[in-house]
Amino acid sequence: MPIVPLARIASARSGDKGRGSNVGVLARSEGAYAFLKEVLTEEAVRDHMHAINRGAVTRYTADNMLVLNFLLADSLGGGGSESLLTDAQGKTHGLALLRMELSVPDEVLDATPAP
Amino acid sequence: MAADHRDRREVLIANGQGFWGDSILGPVRLVEEGPLDYLTLDYLAEVTMSIMQKLRSRDPSKGYATDFVTLIDRILPALVERDVRVVANAGGVNPHACKDALLEVVARHGLDGVKIAVVEGDDILGRLDELTDAGEVFANMDTGRPLSEVRERITSANVYLGAFPIAEALDQGARIVITGRGTDPGLVLGPMIHEFGWGTQDHDLLAAGTVAGHIIECGAQCTGGNYTDWRSIEDMARIGYPIVAARPDGEFTVTKHDGTGGRVDVDTVTHQLAYEMGDPANYVTPDVIADFTSFRLEQDGRDRVKVSGVTGAPPTPTYKVSMAYRDGWKAVGQLTVAGPDAVEKARVCAEIVWDRLRLDGVEFGPDERMVELVGANTCHAGIAAAETPEPSEVVLRMGVKGTDRAKVDRFGPELVPLVTSGPPGVTGFAGGRPKATEIIGFWPALVTKERIETSVEVFDPSGA
Repeated sequence: MPIVPLARIASARSGDKGRGSNVGVLARSEGAYAFLKEVLTEEAVRDHMHAINRGAVTRYTADNMLVLNFLLADSLGGGGSESLLTDAQGKTHGLALLRMELSVPDEVLDATPAP
Repeated sequence: MAADHRDRREVLIANGQGFWGDSILGPVRLVEEGPLDYLTLDYLAEVTMSIMQKLRSRDPSKGYATDFVTLIDRILPALVERDVRVVANAGGVNPHACKDALLEVVARHGLDGVKIAVVEGDDILGRLDELTDAGEVFANMDTGRPLSEVRERITSANVYLGAFPIAEALDQGARIVITGRGTDPGLVLGPMIHEFGWGTQDHDLLAAGTVAGHIIECGAQCTGGNYTDWRSIEDMARIGYPIVAARPDGEFTVTKHDGTGGRVDVDTVTHQLAYEMGDPANYVTPDVIADFTSFRLEQDGRDRVKVSGVTGAPPTPTYKVSMAYRDGWKAVGQLTVAGPDAVEKARVCAEIVWDRLRLDGVEFGPDERMVELVGANTCHAGIAAAETPEPSEVVLRMGVKGTDRAKVDRFGPELVPLVTSGPPGVTGFAGGRPKATEIIGFWPALVTKERIETSVEVFDPSGA
């Protein structure tokens, strides 16, 4: 299976949620959504984002929008005005997750138009 | 506008301001470049209320979004001529001062019949002890900690009010509705309740209006701004701010004015639906619990996305309260380090600062200090898949925090001297010496709805 960045089969939007952030992952096709539901687990996201997020990762799904939503509990260096970080609002966390490298089956790639 | 709006089939509601500091061109162009019935404006982030509280304590005529008055001064004649009504949470912690400033603007323009409504009841700072005595616990929603831990340091406390008081203000004929803290989607839902006569039990309809409000509450973030596939977005400089074409049955279409930049399609709208999302099946507001997994999005022509099938459930018996409290001090500053060896020199610079502070008996713990090398993979440190080549320069950004203001203020004076007493090529100190600023902590809590009184007051400058 070819190894591609998550950005090949999904896009993302992120922002702050209190002391943490959310990353909404938008699959680029129904095939990509079904595949990501299997492989883009809370554990996979926690491992990939470990340098940004110190807390738990919780996943929600919205089948109607082909969206997997991840809540990162402690990813803003305290959040709000307590944070010393440049990205105190988690604006770039979506792009960070899209850098994840995945082995994606050919049939999923074939069914998913490249951006 | 017709005297009775409730027979209208479609109402155009736009959002022209996603936060305090958003471009003034958004709302100006919404009013000038196409048809519109309502212009909503969102000025309040969590930290804003506390800043406004501080401004008001220094000057009783301050504590609201002054940008709003500047905007209205610019667009008021067009609002009246085109019969556009405005709903804005610009009141902050001092909605009457905001209203007084607006009345002056209206008088200066010499326009009749511009009624201004003020929605109040969100500010409970002065009622905290009374409400606590009545049985409210105000435990932190995230941590469960009791309010007593921070009670003496609380600087603002505001309830997120719902959309019905806004509808009531519109029912009373207001041209401009000013609120303090309310939910962001409520600014958009309020006009729908007014226009279509929706009631508190119409949960699916209220949920539809809430979803519509969520989609447009961050301005251009649903029309191609902050969008992953950004190269495909045309004419971002002239990006169109979003408009909801709302209908009485709860179905609505997201769109923008013809001829503006950006794009409205299922993907740009879905990007914004995913913004600040929690549990999508339970989007809690004071008016309804909306189910973001219930609806269907479909392209309905160029730059038009239709949303249908939204469902909702009855709301909870509580309002969310957002409190702010003083939580110590911080200082952040930066210098630019030119190459060769920019990254190595910047790391040495940071160590020099910590060492010099230590020489003077000042030490910050690992959670109290921060070093970033901006330009050398700061935002995605530990994540970026590829090795980045040595940058030709980096910005060294350093910060400290703590409860002792004097200690935090000891940091700034040791940053700038690196220019003459560190490695070569250190520059960019134009911002001067960083000073301690107060950290504002947030305390999210709940309060029983029955204990909160909202009020709507309408002011008519022509005295009619």
